This record gives sequence, structure tokens and C-alpha cells, in this order.
Amino acid sequence: MSVPARDSVPAPETRVAAFPKAKVLPIVAARPKPWRARFVAVGRAVAGKVVPPLIPLLFLLVVWELLCAGPDAALPPPSRVVADTWELITDPFYDRGGLDKGLFWHLFASLQRVLLGYSLAAIGGVAIGTLIGQSQWAMRSLDPLFQVLRTVPPLAWLPLALAAFKSGEPSAIFVIFITAVWPIVINTAVGIRNIPEDYRNVARVLQLNPLEYAVKIMIPAAAPYIFTGLRIGIGLSWLAIVAAEMLIGGVGIGFFIWDAWNSSLISDIIVALIYVGIIGFFLDRSVALVGVLVTRGTATS
Amino acid sequence: MASAYLSIEQVGKSYSRGGATTQVLTDIDLKVDRGEFISIIGHSGCGKSTLLNIVAGLTPVSTGAVLLDNCEVNAPGPDRAVVFQNHSLLPWLTVYDNVRLAVDKVFRGRKTSAERHDWTMHNLDLVQMGHARAKRPSEISGGMKQRVGIARALAMEPKVLLLDEPFGALDALTRAHLQDSVMQIHAGLGNTVMMITHDVDEAVLLSDRIVMMTNGPSARIGEILDVPLERPRRRLDLVADPIYLRCRAAVLKFLYERHRFVEAA
Repeated sequence: MSVPARDSVPAPETRVAAFPKAKVLPIVAARPKPWRARFVAVGRAVAGKVVPPLIPLLFLLVVWELLCAGPDAALPPPSRVVADTWELITDPFYDRGGLDKGLFWHLFASLQRVLLGYSLAAIGGVAIGTLIGQSQWAMRSLDPLFQVLRTVPPLAWLPLALAAFKSGEPSAIFVIFITAVWPIVINTAVGIRNIPEDYRNVARVLQLNPLEYAVKIMIPAAAPYIFTGLRIGIGLSWLAIVAAEMLIGGVGIGFFIWDAWNSSLISDIIVALIYVGIIGFFLDRSVALVGVLVTRGTATS
Repeated sequence: MASAYLSIEQVGKSYSRGGATTQVLTDIDLKVDRGEFISIIGHSGCGKSTLLNIVAGLTPVSTGAVLLDNCEVNAPGPDRAVVFQNHSLLPWLTVYDNVRLAVDKVFRGRKTSAERHDWTMHNLDLVQMGHARAKRPSEISGGMKQRVGIARALAMEPKVLLLDEPFGALDALTRAHLQDSVMQIHAGLGNTVMMITHDVDEAVLLSDRIVMMTNGPSARIGEILDVPLERPRRRLDLVADPIYLRCRAAVLKFLYERHRFVEAA
């Protein structure tokens, strides 16, 4: 036990089998070293990713705490937010009937609406975008209309949707759809128009039929653009759902925030905002991840 | 005359934009025999790529016609396989799948799936790329990509192989390697080949005949040079070969004396 390098080797054996085994010794002794080094390296890499964002976060929390510490501050400091909303944070699954539910249920309801509206937008957007990208005439006839419509703010559609559907739920889904569909349409069209002439020529020499062309060349070639549109779309729908739910009511994170405001539960609002931010972040990342998996290898060669 | 395998007859090409018409090619007449290796050389902008695209069917003719094996060419097809200048492999498919796509399309109904696999591998092996079949185009070098492009074209069993400056983007050593490969394949399979190039040595080394184009606009065939060198040709033996030197000098004279590139390059 005196020489550290020999620790891991069965001591009696080394002593008995003197010289020949002495050659093996350094290799055996060296094994723990890379393992330890790897552990340190991984730890360092993780710390390198985790520590930098933690520093400004801590700084912000401290500043916030100091600014709102006074008794007449308009907003609660972080310590009071945690104290006020402890039940909300620790038990997101409670359900006391009606609208008195845990945050999970509100977020779940909002996510359902977003996913439904967004899926419709993804399907419709890619289809219309393909049409515009493929056909010069579709482009000329539809593009001006879309350029005007896409500038209409999402919430401006809500009253019209309410009038048409006579119910809050489909109206909210329509607002999500109409918000998310434009970037998907426009990016898909650009992606399809930008398919290199070479790939089209390959398709022509091979005499691919339209279906084969779509599956083998068009969709893979335009996929990076399509996913850019899908990613912008999911971000916009998550932005729109909170505002729409504030107006239509019912279960949903938007209504939860509005309800908390009406009940002067400022701490609840802050917790809900943090959740909204985190979910939005994960939505964006998951679409991006799907994009990376699908378009693997599609980037320029 | 009528028996020529590939026959380009009185072909002209002009582009119209607005009121202005640009004549690119005029009165191109060329007969190519089966198994012949033809190079087309000329300064950039002389319309040689346009000519190749016309034979490929990718560009329609304005006047005249192209006949291949007594059939008129008016659309692209796998009987005139093109090796594009920048390889044009589909980056989302592996090397194998790029070739297999062509094989599946051309031999569907004529070969079983196993036969198509064997044929794909056979063509990859022909260009010595069988080992990289699972790689994507982004993972292999420029020369290897071009090899796969050649394999894809060969796999279609084309009547004419069209090479559009196939080695232009490669470094000199890789280019020499690929030229040797193309010569070997041509000797083995006896394909009819039409190659666009701007490299004089390449043209003399590979071709049976060299078609020299005058400068555009309104380019035409200036001269056709026979290269009576014995095959198989070996790069090193040719360095001091009088026929080789004479042919090379003839092409150089044509390009740099009689038809100098006048515009600033």
C-alpha cells in the first residue's frame, strides 16, 4: 500500500511472480487513471454548460429580491413567490373540479389546443407551400393574398372565429392554425423553389414520375426549409395560445394567468409565466430535434 | 450517314428574352459511331454545355434534331446518362442508394431485387467504390463523389454516356486517376461517350476524336481532330509520343491562335 500505482493489483501475486509480471503491472495500474480522467472531463464539460447560465440567473434573482424587498413594492420578491405558490409548485396535479385545477391540467389543456391547431397548420402549410413552390401560377395568384393575410395579428382573427364557430374551443384552435400556418407555407415554398437545378436534372434523366420526384427528391431537398417554418410556427402558436385563452376562458394556462390577475395572485402569475417559458422552450427544441433527425445528411455535401 | 449511332443534325439553339434573341449554337453537325469516345472542347461560354444538354434532352433544340440509334431525342432519359460537373449526388442518400435509385428506376420489372442489388454493387465495384457503399456523399472526397456519379450513369446502361466536365472540380492527381478509370471502363464496356472538357491533355488522352468549338455567340464546330493513338493508352508512354504531341499542338493552336478568347475572362 505504500506505492499508490500498485494499489489496484493483487499484492501477493506481484510479489510471488516477481519479474515477468512486473511488465504487466503498469497497464493494470494505468486503468483507473483514464476512468478518473474521463470522469473529470465529463464533469468539467457539464459544469461548462451548466454554470454560465446559472450565474446571470442568480444575479437576476438577487437583484429582483433586493428591488422588491420593500413593504410597498408592487411585485413580490422571489422568496415570497415561492412561499405564496408552494402548493401550486409542489402539487401540479390537483383537481377540485371546475376551473380550480393544478398547473399541469391547465398546461395540458393549452398544449392539446396548440398541438391540434399546429398539426393542422403543419399539414395544410406544407401542402399549400408545396403547391406555391411548384407552380408559378399558384405562386402568382396566392402569394399576394398570403403576404397580406400573414400580417394580421393572431388575436384579430379571434372575434371573427368566434362569430363563425359560435364556440370558444374551435376558435382558439383556429387562431393557432392561422398563426402557425404562414411561416410554414412561406418556408416550404422557398425550400421547394430552391431545389438545385442539378437534382431536378437527375430526376429528369431518371424519368422519375411526380410521386417518385416528391418522395425521393422534393421533400428531402426542401426538408431543412420546411423545418425552419415548422419551428417558427410552433413558437408563434405557443405565443398566441396564451392570449387567445385569456379571451375565451375555460381550462388553459392563458385563462389561469388572467384569473390570477383578477384575483390579485401576482405570485401565481409569475410561476405560470415560468412554466409557459419552459414549455415553449421544450416545444421549440423538440421540433428542432425532429428536424435534425429527419434532415440528417441533407445539409450541403 | 444514316448509319451513325448518334447523329446531331443541323442543330441550332437560340434563347429569347423579351425582344432580344441570342444565338448560342448554329449548324452543329456531328456523327458519332457506336463505341466512340468524343470530346468537345472550347472556351467557356462557347455553348459546349448547351450542346451536351441538348443531346441529354434537358434543353430543347431551336432548329435541327438529334437522333440516337435512329430515334429522335426530345426528352431526357436514362439511355443518355449524364455525369454532371458537380456530381449531383443526392446528399440524403448513401452512395449505394444513389446508384440503387437509378438501377431501380431503369430495371424495374426487368431484374429481380437481388439482381438489382448485384448490378448496383457491380457498378460501384467498377469505379472502385464498393467499400464506401454505406457512406453519404458528404463523407467522401470530391473524386470519390465523381466516381459514384459515373457508377450511377453506367448503371443505367446508357446508349451514350454524357460527361459534363466531369473532372473540372478535381485536383490534378485525382483527375489523372479518374481519367485512367474512365479509359479502363471505356475499354472494358465499349460505351459511346461524349465528354465536355476544357483540358487539352484530357481531351487528347481520352478521345478518338476531338470536336473543337469556335467562340460564342453563335458558336459552331470549328474543326474535328482525329486522335489516331493506339489503345490502351498509357499516360507515361504518351509524354514523348509524336502523335500525341502533334494532336496536342493542333488543339492548342486552335484554341489559342485561331480562336482566342476575346472577352476578358
